[in-house]
Amino acid sequence: MSNQASTKPFAERAAVALRDTFLQEALTIATTKFIGLRKDSFAGFPQGEALRDRARAIKEATLQRLDDYLERLADNVERLGGHVHWATTGDEARETILRLCRDRRVKMAVKSKSMATEEIELNDALEQAGVVPVETDLGEYIIQLAHEKPSHIIAPAIHKTKGQVADLFSREVGQRLPADPEVLTAVARKELRQKFLQADMGITGANFAVADTGTIVLVTNEGNGRMVTSLPRIHVAVMGIEKVIPSMTDLMVFLAILARSATGQKLSVYTTLVRGPRQAREVEGPEEFHLILMDNGRSRQIAGELREALYCLRCGACLNVCPVYRQIGGHAYGHTYPGPIGILLTAMLKGDRAVKELAHASSLCGACHEVCPVRIDIPRMLIELRHRLDRERIAPLAERLVFKTFRRLLTSPALFRLSVALGRVAQRPFVRNGRLRSLPLVFAKWTRTRDLPPVATQTFTQRWKGLR
Amino acid sequence: MTHPIRASLLVTCLVDLFYPEVGVAMVTLLRGLGVTVDFPPSQTCCGLPLFNSGYQDEAARVARHVVPIFSASEHVVVPSGSCAWMIKKEYPGLLRDDPALGKDAEALADRTHELSQFLVKVLGVTHVKTAFRGRVTYHDSCHLLRGLGESQSSRTLLSNLEGVELVELPGADECCGFGGSFSVRLPEVSTSILGKKIANIEKTGAGCVVACDAGCLMQMSGGLSRKGSPVRALHLAQLLYSEGGSAPLPTPPPEASAGKAGGRTRAA
Repeated sequence: MSNQASTKPFAERAAVALRDTFLQEALTIATTKFIGLRKDSFAGFPQGEALRDRARAIKEATLQRLDDYLERLADNVERLGGHVHWATTGDEARETILRLCRDRRVKMAVKSKSMATEEIELNDALEQAGVVPVETDLGEYIIQLAHEKPSHIIAPAIHKTKGQVADLFSREVGQRLPADPEVLTAVARKELRQKFLQADMGITGANFAVADTGTIVLVTNEGNGRMVTSLPRIHVAVMGIEKVIPSMTDLMVFLAILARSATGQKLSVYTTLVRGPRQAREVEGPEEFHLILMDNGRSRQIAGELREALYCLRCGACLNVCPVYRQIGGHAYGHTYPGPIGILLTAMLKGDRAVKELAHASSLCGACHEVCPVRIDIPRMLIELRHRLDRERIAPLAERLVFKTFRRLLTSPALFRLSVALGRVAQRPFVRNGRLRSLPLVFAKWTRTRDLPPVATQTFTQRWKGLR
Repeated sequence: MTHPIRASLLVTCLVDLFYPEVGVAMVTLLRGLGVTVDFPPSQTCCGLPLFNSGYQDEAARVARHVVPIFSASEHVVVPSGSCAWMIKKEYPGLLRDDPALGKDAEALADRTHELSQFLVKVLGVTHVKTAFRGRVTYHDSCHLLRGLGESQSSRTLLSNLEGVELVELPGADECCGFGGSFSVRLPEVSTSILGKKIANIEKTGAGCVVACDAGCLMQMSGGLSRKGSPVRALHLAQLLYSEGGSAPLPTPPPEASAGKAGGRTRAA
């Protein structure tokens, strides 16, 4: 896909994003709005802090007995007449869905927004197998028409302006449409109605799956999730295994903080609870229900250093506050999950080598940790990830040598003073008006855009002698 | 006070090498408040740049060098939220497996204070004098704000200064884009984040933006001066001086001296 080409180095992808004035404007407006909505929502919700602690504790405890909860979930889904498929890898998850499509002669599948299906690039696989995938979340619909990938976990088309959407929709319906969100939404609604009725299969993710009751929970705002799970004759839900929670009581804890963190809503407009296929006494719902429990690298993290990333609720709050995400948007990250949490999830799913550059795409400002509903300490884990890049010798040799030499200087005051003195001499040709405005080598990375103070004529250590 | 409070300065590498005037201001300020100040000369850097880049073993070696230097200190005062955070929050973990130094690191963590916290929470000082006049704004350094949970001490001191008007900086709690090695690993992104910060600083009409971390000061003053802005980035210590003290006044950068700085400095 055009925006996913990760062949270019990350720094270049970021630079491209920084030059995109449309993107810059769209990102600033959207993230600023999300930040304000979240803040206001928690300001009027004093119990929120305790609920965040509780939610974190639930995730922690559940992961410790993950296999028990998954088995209980599977038993309950099967008891309700659903089918459970275990997928160790993303490939297996995709193959399972393709097999279902083949066996049941599925021609079209409508989808509700799901990061798990993005993770396994399901749409491409469906198309290649002759099944038409139709995204029905408005944002996902927009980027599907644009042949792009989501650039935000909950607002996939956050990078698009309404003018760009109008162009896309105009092309789709073959008539010129105004850049009016209401008109455009009405067009999408009309287009999608037909698809809901035509589709043989509905594909969703799962925000939560309740082990005690076999309930799949979808948190949405547009009502499309409800159509996807009730109109087609088959419903397939794809979920990462970490999404299971023990009970409905636990669900209440998460629902109280999820939408607040994501959009500042008390609850999302729709909270859809799905229990298996249509039951004998029910009048609506699919004939078949399939739950795909996907591991894809998750279980090996349970005892690892990045385990906290498995608590993630996919609310996107950490993206909105991240100074880096706010400048470059989601596509520059080059993987399914963008933003600070995305770096951790990418390392988890694709290995440390995949985040060699991304591990440093954070100033470690801690804003992500502060807003995370389950208090994932993202900065700490990014440092841990950087540590692994050194330990596993993935970090460039030159960098590793520089830092190891630096350590020697810092533990030897005499060497340290000597190098300061050398630096003072070396900087001489570059000092202008008491500033360094243009330096060679690696220092140019600073001075290209910023001035630097020169090493002082007298360091504090030297001045202290006169202060004693 | 029955006996004078004693404090050792951990001036940090950036202040030592690039902003010695911040260290001098700190000495004057603390002495003016009756604190006995000393400066152990074998200090270099706290090792935070190593730690943040993932070189934990190397950072631990630096911690091993630093901890004994301050073993006899009653208080250790640091003019930087990030370095104070490193010592308070990370040293104990880095030296956990060292039976001798592990305990010392924990004790040092308890005795170490970022400057604004030391002034307000240890000394109980909320009112000091300044020779600075005019409007200032305050930038929250990330590690001080979110790492040490401190947003009030500096604001208390600044808002109580006579002749100084403290205006809130829009997005004061947002990163300035420094992030240590981040600023040179991704210079374009770092500068772009800085651009937003500078725009917000300029919106306040302040002649000076105050911070409690030399890293942020280096980033913000680097951008302001490159832009030719008359606004200066100063450390809290440079703005404060106590009764009877005579903190050296910051000199405006040459290119800005003819500019129309919102906040004028006057000799005490």
